[in-house]
Amino acid sequence: MIEMKNVHKVYKNGVTALNGVDTFIDAGEFVYVVGPSGAGKTSFIKMMYREESPTKGNVYINSVDVASIKERKVPLLRRSVGVIFQDFKLLSKLTVYENVAFALEVIEENPKKIRKRVMEVLDRVGLKHKARFIPDQLSGGEQQRVAIARAIANNPKIVIADEPTGNLDPETSWEIMRLFEEISASGTTLVMATHSQDIVNKMRKRVIAMENGKIVRDEHRGEYGYEV
Amino acid sequence: MAMKFSTFRRHIREGTKNIVRNSWMTVASVGAVTTTLVLVAAFLILILNLNQVVDNIENDVEVRVYIDLQAEEEEIEELGDQIAGLNNVESFYFQSKEEELEMLIEDLGEDGEAWELFEQDNPLNNVYVVNTERAEDLSGVASRIETFENIEDVSYRSDVVDRLLDFNQYARIIGGVFVAALLFTAIFLISNTIKMTITARSTEISIMKLVGAKNNFIRWPFFVEGTLTGVLGTIIPIGLVLGGYHYLYTNLNDRIDFPFIELLPWDPFAWQLSLMLLGIGAFIGIWGSVMSVRKFLKV
Repeated sequence: MIEMKNVHKVYKNGVTALNGVDTFIDAGEFVYVVGPSGAGKTSFIKMMYREESPTKGNVYINSVDVASIKERKVPLLRRSVGVIFQDFKLLSKLTVYENVAFALEVIEENPKKIRKRVMEVLDRVGLKHKARFIPDQLSGGEQQRVAIARAIANNPKIVIADEPTGNLDPETSWEIMRLFEEISASGTTLVMATHSQDIVNKMRKRVIAMENGKIVRDEHRGEYGYEV
Repeated sequence: MAMKFSTFRRHIREGTKNIVRNSWMTVASVGAVTTTLVLVAAFLILILNLNQVVDNIENDVEVRVYIDLQAEEEEIEELGDQIAGLNNVESFYFQSKEEELEMLIEDLGEDGEAWELFEQDNPLNNVYVVNTERAEDLSGVASRIETFENIEDVSYRSDVVDRLLDFNQYARIIGGVFVAALLFTAIFLISNTIKMTITARSTEISIMKLVGAKNNFIRWPFFVEGTLTGVLGTIIPIGLVLGGYHYLYTNLNDRIDFPFIELLPWDPFAWQLSLMLLGIGAFIGIWGSVMSVRKFLKV
């Protein structure tokens, strides 16, 4: 569950990224965040894993106000939220296996369970056979699937993706989207910022459209609504 | 919350793996530590041996107080009390003229036999031999003793002492320059390596934080890696110390004729120095890695 109340974000350089955002995303929802570049999509999403904190207003993640949590507690929040990025953000020196295991080592899971769970999620994203590869030896789509495996490894209630298909060709993008659909089907809340008209229009979900730091449209089974 | 043992093992494992994963960085860091420690070792060998030489000479120099031949026993004792009352006197002892003659004969070897004739009618003086706390005090003590009564002459090896003091001063200046150059080199090398590490590691650290790693969780493997890097950097310097100093000690010591110049014995000096290098190496490694992580953990 994600809730925002009158959220404002002004960066140090004076840019206003969010200008009074209110929203409520219920557990298990699948939400696209769309809008032109610079509309505040990324800032909106960064609020959810406390990459940025609001200048004004409240952000509740699973009923915890992340705007006021202590710096020490931020890692705990991040563990309850799986995050996926356009540029994958894998640890380049670690193998696929090690990258996924990292998310579980962080929560001090016991080593036996880590081994079991890592192979489980790698199997789920179809990369069990590439566990010993390093990211550079994989295609973009495969790297993104590793990132997804890492994001869901410790069963987070919320998965957030910032333009996860931005660097991928259409076919690979659909493979990723099918994975997201599966993740969503298992009851996980999924928030995804995207520029892909194709995906939004074909895989109908709730759409939140942003412009100039505000939510200008919020509809279930919505359309992309922008010219590409 | 206490760290689980499995997590501790994980940190050791990851830290060790990082040595291999970041092979170039490892080579650069180990190289920096190695260079620094070779210099430190050379410098320490030089300075500690010089210290030893200065100590030896300082123990050798003394003020000799020749007592007037006419002096009565009581007057000699009184003179002893006066010397005892002086500042900066570490110790002194009385040496009779018979003992003096004996030493002279011994010192001269075969030529000394001629002096044996004098045993019947000894022309030498009774002597007080005075040791001062420091070599610098010699001339002051000597000139004050000269003002006492019943004295024929006061002498000390002023040439040796003056040269020693000069030498000591030069050694200090050169030592100071050495220290400065060494520190500068070390700081430059290490900070450079840290800079390289920082740029390479900043992305890595930010990703770890995004996945929910606490600062300490990130720090530990770096700490392990730093320690190992530092220790790896001590291998060559310690090898050089153990081997090189052994060579120096066996070959050089015999060729030096001055009685007061003697190198510190290989055992235990080389071992002690090696242990010290190990400590410094580990410290540099830990310090370097902790510093390089610190900056990025604040974000």
